[in-house]
Amino acid sequence: MSTWTAEEMMTITAARALVGHTSCFVGIGLPSTAANLARRLHNPDLVLIYESGAIGAKPTRLPLSIGDGELAETADAVISVPEVFNYWLQPGRIGVGFLSAAQLDRYANLNTTIIGADYRDPDVRLPGAGGAPEIAASCREVFLMLRHTRRAFVEKVDFVTSVGFGDGPGCRDRLGLRGRGPVLVVTDIGVLEPDPNTCELTLTHLHPGAELAAARAATGWALAVAADLAETDPPTGEELAVLRDLVKGP
Amino acid sequence: MAELVGLAEGIATLVRDGDVVALEGFTHLIPVRAGQEIIRQGRRDLTLVRMTPDIIYDQLIGAGCASRLVFSWGGNPGVGSLHRFRDAVNNGWPAPLELDEHSHAGMANRYVAGASGLPFAVMRGYAGTDLFRHNANLATVTCPFTGEVLTAVPALRPDVTVIHAQRADRKGNVQMWGLTGVQKEAVLAADRSLVTVEEVVDTLDPRPDAVVLPGWVVTAVAVVPGGARPSYAQDYYDRDNDAYRAWDAISRDRDAFTAWLRTEVLDPVGS
Repeated sequence: MSTWTAEEMMTITAARALVGHTSCFVGIGLPSTAANLARRLHNPDLVLIYESGAIGAKPTRLPLSIGDGELAETADAVISVPEVFNYWLQPGRIGVGFLSAAQLDRYANLNTTIIGADYRDPDVRLPGAGGAPEIAASCREVFLMLRHTRRAFVEKVDFVTSVGFGDGPGCRDRLGLRGRGPVLVVTDIGVLEPDPNTCELTLTHLHPGAELAAARAATGWALAVAADLAETDPPTGEELAVLRDLVKGP
Repeated sequence: MAELVGLAEGIATLVRDGDVVALEGFTHLIPVRAGQEIIRQGRRDLTLVRMTPDIIYDQLIGAGCASRLVFSWGGNPGVGSLHRFRDAVNNGWPAPLELDEHSHAGMANRYVAGASGLPFAVMRGYAGTDLFRHNANLATVTCPFTGEVLTAVPALRPDVTVIHAQRADRKGNVQMWGLTGVQKEAVLAADRSLVTVEEVVDTLDPRPDAVVLPGWVVTAVAVVPGGARPSYAQDYYDRDNDAYRAWDAISRDRDAFTAWLRTEVLDPVGS
């Protein structure tokens, strides 16, 4: 019987979601691990796009930053940063945008800017927007990955850095956001998906061994739970082996 | 035609107190040594412009050179926070830091507008975000042809842009390759520019993927081998990821940072 960590389950679940997709705009950290795992495991043609200007990067080890040298050296094309955002992201050419955040609310709005009530005098200053607002706006779909805690899953984000569904149904259209928005949130406890009618994030899967009570306790609002709540398939031996090899590096 | 200068001379001539200064390089080719020379010369009241304030801006902010920061992502890539930046924002140490905060797409378009000689750029971006509520440098504009409402961002026009490149020739023509970020736009948007390079060569052999900045759009070139460390210069040296990790502990504590600044920048052994 194999065992795995919650973070491995999370990364493998996110990688599985990339089956059938052709291109992915990759942020650093867990999204980068998941996207690289997907390319090795079941989607070797997945085009990885890093905001530093590497299109079709094929790194052999996990990059520490979005601009590591190997990304450019293995890329199909290396382009300028204005080109990344204006020619590739903005017109909606990129399939999946893969993001994380410090806070998220029930409509999958994201905060990576500040913690606290006052922008000018925050409790914690976070790095800021980076590419996220336009990735969230213009990729055809958005996947999110973050650890499921009450600090992260909040009733109201302290700052809307990137828009998920705004204040609910119809909001993305009103704002002129052309991508579908977040379709999947993968956590270390389970998977949430927006309800097609209300746009509210709804727990659709629990990972093996995870409890519904834990998901509720880690969510800062009354968590909606799907009627047909399912269990995520456990990691296969192959998934774990490839992931561990990827994380360990050559 | 760009003039070949020493680094200290180039900074002394081109970077003045109160200037709007852009040091660009997107993870790759960050002009770290030039930034440290700005610290050494004690510049004050700078508006620092950069998409990704990296550890070099953490150093400039911690050393008290900056009063304003124009940026889109202020972190230590892959490691965590910039502690000097956070200390300045949260506690005003060593000086208060005013923020002009954007997204990457917004910053890129601001440079493009500056390089293009336009007052602003049009883009799809920021819609629905709180950045709009906190930044007077964002507005909407209506397309005169379709009526669509889009976002407008003002042009960036630095007084001086500083970048690092792989090499230049003796006429000051600059050649860089690999990830070249927003450096071309940042140089063309600025009044003055300084390019530090790994080496000067007699002839710039053409490279299919290279960006060339002709010497007549560059003010000065300084030869600074290793000038991008601990970031990297493709085909010269690799990114020193351990140095980025080590920066976390150095920068977390004011005293540790101050000691580091003295021994590594202000008064290095052998200087």
